[in-house]
Amino acid sequence: MKNISPRTIIILLVIFGSLLYVLPSFHIDVWPHKKINLGLDLQGGMHLVLEVEAEKAVESTIERMSNELRRELKTNHIKFSDIKRKGYQLNLQVVDKIDSFDKLLDDDFPEFRIASRKQDGNVLSIVLDLPDSDMAEIKKKAAEQALETIRNRIDEFGVSEPDIRRQGDRRILIQLPGVKDPKRAKDLIGKTALLEFKLVDDQHNVEEALKGKIPPGMEILYQVVENRQTKRVSKSPYLVEKRTALTGEYLTDARVNIDSQYNEPYVSIKFNKKGARLFERVTETNVQRRLAIVLDKKIHSAPVIQEKISGGEARITGSFTHDEAHDLAIVLRAGALPAPVHILEERTVGPSLGKDSIRKGLLSMLIGGIFVIVFMVIYYQIAGLIADVALAMNIVLIAAGLAGFQATLTLPGIAGIILTIGMAVDANVLIFERIREELRVGKSPLAAVDAGYSKATLTILDANVTTLIAAVVLFQFGTGPVKGFAVTLSLGVIASLFTALIVSRQIFDSFLINRQIRSLSI
Amino acid sequence: MQFIQPDINIDFTGKRLIGFSVSSALILISLLSLLFHGGPRYGIDFSGGTLIQIKFNVPTTADTITKALNPLGISGASIQQYGDTADNEYLVRADVAYEALEGLSEKVQNALIQEISGEAIPNKATEQKTETSIAADNTATTQTTVQEKSEVVEEKTSPPPAEVRRIEMVGPQVGKDLREKALMAMFFALLFITIYISGRFEFKWVVSGVMAACLMGGVYFFKVMNISMPFLIFIALVLAMILFWFLRLKYAMGAITALIHDVMITVGIFSICGKEFTLPIIAALLTIIGYSLNDTIIVFDRIRENSRKLHRNTLDQIINTSINETLSRTILTSLTTLIVVLALFLFGGGIIHDFAFAMMIGVLIGTYSSIFVASPILLLWK
Repeated sequence: MKNISPRTIIILLVIFGSLLYVLPSFHIDVWPHKKINLGLDLQGGMHLVLEVEAEKAVESTIERMSNELRRELKTNHIKFSDIKRKGYQLNLQVVDKIDSFDKLLDDDFPEFRIASRKQDGNVLSIVLDLPDSDMAEIKKKAAEQALETIRNRIDEFGVSEPDIRRQGDRRILIQLPGVKDPKRAKDLIGKTALLEFKLVDDQHNVEEALKGKIPPGMEILYQVVENRQTKRVSKSPYLVEKRTALTGEYLTDARVNIDSQYNEPYVSIKFNKKGARLFERVTETNVQRRLAIVLDKKIHSAPVIQEKISGGEARITGSFTHDEAHDLAIVLRAGALPAPVHILEERTVGPSLGKDSIRKGLLSMLIGGIFVIVFMVIYYQIAGLIADVALAMNIVLIAAGLAGFQATLTLPGIAGIILTIGMAVDANVLIFERIREELRVGKSPLAAVDAGYSKATLTILDANVTTLIAAVVLFQFGTGPVKGFAVTLSLGVIASLFTALIVSRQIFDSFLINRQIRSLSI
Repeated sequence: MQFIQPDINIDFTGKRLIGFSVSSALILISLLSLLFHGGPRYGIDFSGGTLIQIKFNVPTTADTITKALNPLGISGASIQQYGDTADNEYLVRADVAYEALEGLSEKVQNALIQEISGEAIPNKATEQKTETSIAADNTATTQTTVQEKSEVVEEKTSPPPAEVRRIEMVGPQVGKDLREKALMAMFFALLFITIYISGRFEFKWVVSGVMAACLMGGVYFFKVMNISMPFLIFIALVLAMILFWFLRLKYAMGAITALIHDVMITVGIFSICGKEFTLPIIAALLTIIGYSLNDTIIVFDRIRENSRKLHRNTLDQIINTSINETLSRTILTSLTTLIVVLALFLFGGGIIHDFAFAMMIGVLIGTYSSIFVASPILLLWK
């Protein structure tokens, strides 16, 4: 060919470029290094949607404030009935020193909103809660912080290419490709990991408390121990102070160590300066009492404090397996979730099923493709062959588009590609039928091709734009696999526009212009 | 090679009454089936629930699975053979209360392994039972117990005789959200297509745009007022039809009627066959919309072209000529698309199976509707 038209150059560039993008997916490492991402349904993995129970964050904030209020009232010697929390409200009654109570409330607890107030002689009944804007803020923060914490935990757990994002107000979407142990991952993500140290009450009888006589300011928590040999599970109740002596928020580090004596793993934790000081003070004033280590409302151990512990180091023992200790260290390092989360949606696909799906998808693509290719050649002869070339290029373009945009190929996505094979042929069929019509009117091959293309172009554009509209809407509203389908469908529509209107046209032209062809094999 | 002779001249518009009655009958049957079955049969994507796909190494019966799952509280689950009998693969579907589902995958796998290998070691099975009864008061503990147990079993018989290959659980709230999203997707796709068609074929960009915007605004407004979504979309569609009629948006009305026709009949056939609606099926329905529209537009395009060329003829004749001229292309494209969809249906594997089935119906109905429904509607304004 002497004169290469600009269109040929564009086509060659596109082919070259798309090959560059396709090759890395076939383990031939060339420049863009972008492989086609396989969706969870194809490579196996876990898809989770969590909901943050943000109300719980509000409740625990109010609970904490009530503890502070109780302490302040005690230090100021103000007489009061026990503070009761009902939902988001605190109910209490103050006797006598009402003025100093009001002053305390104004000075130290400006956050509280007074929901109702009733004075009866020297008894003041008051209901406190938080303003709505504050509660909304707490909820919002809880969701944000939960996302951040979960991201940290997953990063430390070591999953390649996790996808973690907010969905709506308080939902978190997590995608973990290739996770081998879904249960372990789920435990790691879903654990609230609220670490608390609480003093055990040894003065009152646990048995009595179990019958319902719980002393004020105390609560019953359980220690659950499982004997690994006999598989028996025992639960022992403890009466502990409601007030938390120290929480996990002061932790700076948590590591797994092996106990040399029993050869069992334990988690050693380290407090920051403030935490270390608090820990020192608690242990100093409570020598010979027991301090329960509570994780998510379950007692892990309750050792007796032998002496003042300074330096801010402690260890959490319990009959851990190594994996459990390892995961516990991770969640402690990453911090507690501000509120519990629960799983709304879970989809786990094993790797073997994914491989099956890929194999079957490719197989049906191959079979369908071959049938269409053969059919086109039989029906349109040489022109059919041109359509087949365009079709092959179409598939390469879609693959390159998937890699280039880093879109995810899902199972419905493969279906989308197969469907485009069917529909890409349509554009060529439209053109060829038009050319046949023009030839029947008696036009020369060159004129017929010209007229055929120019008349079919508008039709093809209209038809494809409407399909593209459907695909874009799908992409906007769809989730997961459906989104993947929309991506391949849109790529397919665009690719088939290019191959039908530009590539196959160019092949026709180069045949017709450079050789003096009298009849068209169509 | 040619299937359709170029001089073909079938009187399609003359037979439009037959077409209308066939379509009406099909739609009526679809509606009746939906009514009879109490609405479409939603898969777990939309209704919430659990789906477990299990593959066995040894031949297993549904009874064994039921027996193994009963202690876990999964009773009344539907158990289906999946794929070939030789694959020993089963699909378990349950609508269990959501709270009971945490850590289910491991429990199921272990219970099944127990059940299969349990016949050889009977005392194992009883031990399992006592453990699950402890499970009632503390879930966290049992999970660890069962997990360790599985390690013991796996050591004995590796690879495990039962493998949970896929587990999906969707909470009821998520299911409802997905359902509404899917409906919205369909509705918005229709509205955008309306604007495009009215603009391209009748230059009524503004009229159709304002109409679509009003409908969208209305739907959003009433959605805030917590009116049930399916009802809302239904009202909006009826309203759209009435507006098409009075604003004389002929082409849009023809196309949209054909699309609703296609979707309704596909949904109806799905309902008759007792197949489930899942997210991929929604994708299939939207593709059918795209495909049928493609077909319709190509005929419309020819009608537009011919009305300029043959403006002396009646609209009847123009429509007839146009359908006949594009008939060859219509048949060919449907054929190639059907070939690939059939390949998908036969070889694509379980998950794609229903998707391909929906597509097959859709391609057939879509081809029919672009000839017998969409174009004759243009004649309604005579």
